[in-house]
Amino acid sequence: MAAADELAFHEFEEATSLLAETPDAATSSRSAPPSSPGHVAVAVGPGGGFGAEEEDEEQGDKAALLQPERPPPGFWTFSYYQRFFDVDTSQVLDRIKGSLLPWPGHNFVRRHLQNRPDLYGPFWICATLAFVLAVTGNLTLVLAQRRDPSIHYSPQFHKVTVAGITIYCYAWLVPLALWGFLRWRQGVRERVGPYSLLETVCVYGYSLFVFIPMVVLWLIPVPWLQWLFGALALALSTAGLVLTLWPVVREDTRLVAAALLSTVVLLHALLALGCKLYFFQPLPLQQAVPPAQVTPESPRTPPSPALARSAVTS
Amino acid sequence: MAEAAESPGDRETVSPRPLFAGLSDISISQDIPIEGEITIPMRSRSREFDSSTLNESVRNTIMRDLKAVGKKFMYVLYPRKSNTLLRDWDLWGPLILCVTLALMLQRGSMDGEKDGGPQFAEVFVIVWFGAVTITLNSKLLGGNISFFQSLCVLGYCILPLTLAMLICRLVLLAEPGPVNFMVRLFVVIVMFAWSIAASTAFLADSQPPNRKALAVYPVFLFYFVISWMILTFTPQ
Repeated sequence: MAAADELAFHEFEEATSLLAETPDAATSSRSAPPSSPGHVAVAVGPGGGFGAEEEDEEQGDKAALLQPERPPPGFWTFSYYQRFFDVDTSQVLDRIKGSLLPWPGHNFVRRHLQNRPDLYGPFWICATLAFVLAVTGNLTLVLAQRRDPSIHYSPQFHKVTVAGITIYCYAWLVPLALWGFLRWRQGVRERVGPYSLLETVCVYGYSLFVFIPMVVLWLIPVPWLQWLFGALALALSTAGLVLTLWPVVREDTRLVAAALLSTVVLLHALLALGCKLYFFQPLPLQQAVPPAQVTPESPRTPPSPALARSAVTS
Repeated sequence: MAEAAESPGDRETVSPRPLFAGLSDISISQDIPIEGEITIPMRSRSREFDSSTLNESVRNTIMRDLKAVGKKFMYVLYPRKSNTLLRDWDLWGPLILCVTLALMLQRGSMDGEKDGGPQFAEVFVIVWFGAVTITLNSKLLGGNISFFQSLCVLGYCILPLTLAMLICRLVLLAEPGPVNFMVRLFVVIVMFAWSIAASTAFLADSQPPNRKALAVYPVFLFYFVISWMILTFTPQ
């Protein structure tokens, strides 16, 4: 086909003419990665000697495409959100380890996040925690029914919805409020900037990770052990939060700093307590057993663990 | 038409003539020896709805779609590294499976207690919104799989769990007891592992290698929740 051959030959000639005029220019297609824009822009941009008009337009197009500073994508585009998921498996695991083992000198945000907060961790840790809460709450009912067959078992699926809404609201609205408060105080003090909203969400999200093994360990039906695990997990989690927030509130007045930190700790403790009481509550159908059956037996048989648990935790 | 472009090519560039004007000047069998088929071989595999599928009977149309769905079921049950599920995606299979699962899992309408199992709408929402969330997660992490391909794979890989639900309902017709529960637990665990294996066989290759675990974990959570719903199903 003569026409197609002529077209192909014409393009090749144009490329070779460009190369001949600027022998030091690097040829790159338009899909060149923007990581090396400086190299190409210097060669192509203010070069002299291009006569043809279409070559000038092409050179202008290339320079515009390969500029080093591109405006960030708008929030309605997909690539805007892709920046928040730019993490590897090893980085996520490292952040989880950092939240599990808080240390007084190490700031979680500076050391582990390193100005690259992600949304993957907070989102999936909250989802896992919500489902694990619902599943283990149901499992305790199963285990209790094995010991005491009078308890009526039901799947209790509505607890999944409650767990999901509670955990997500806590992990996203409380950091929003905290961030807003810190920004307001920053306006008053004009000192070291607080963390960005995403970093605050990250800190809270990763701090919830320690609740997942705590909830699984709550399957063990020994009441004092459950309270011990709860206290340990709460201490680890709030230590992480407080150590992260301390450098930011330290310059503020003592009253505001103390009030803020104690509010953060209190809210976290309320979350743990609420989960314990709602999902692992004493079984509601104790009253279904008629008292006439129980009273002749109670002096002789030891109380069942379910009744003991209800006496301790209610 | 290739013949119109080939020989009078130079004539067409000089003066604009109607497209097939030079055709009468060519005698196909004598001037240009051409052999072979004129029809494009791809047309038989084309998915375009040209007039030939409008005229066929309804039975043919339905059977063609059912056969495609059945073929994909076989690919899920015996997972191999093949691209059929990804290339010719469809959402009929996931819809059939999701509706079947939700119908079997819903609690009866006669009992009004709050503490029952999931309703039909809850199962439906969990399956579809779970699949959409996992797909978005996979795309945000940088995977190069399209949205509907991923939905198709995740939906089709619910097939082992639907089979587990069928088996569990049959087992529940027998008398309740620990043996009953152990059998159901074993069946659900096996089918859960099968679902995970099938979906990772299709989905794992589309992720960058240092993020595979990040993309596979939500799939694990999704099938775990569905398995939990199946295991805790109690008939009224």
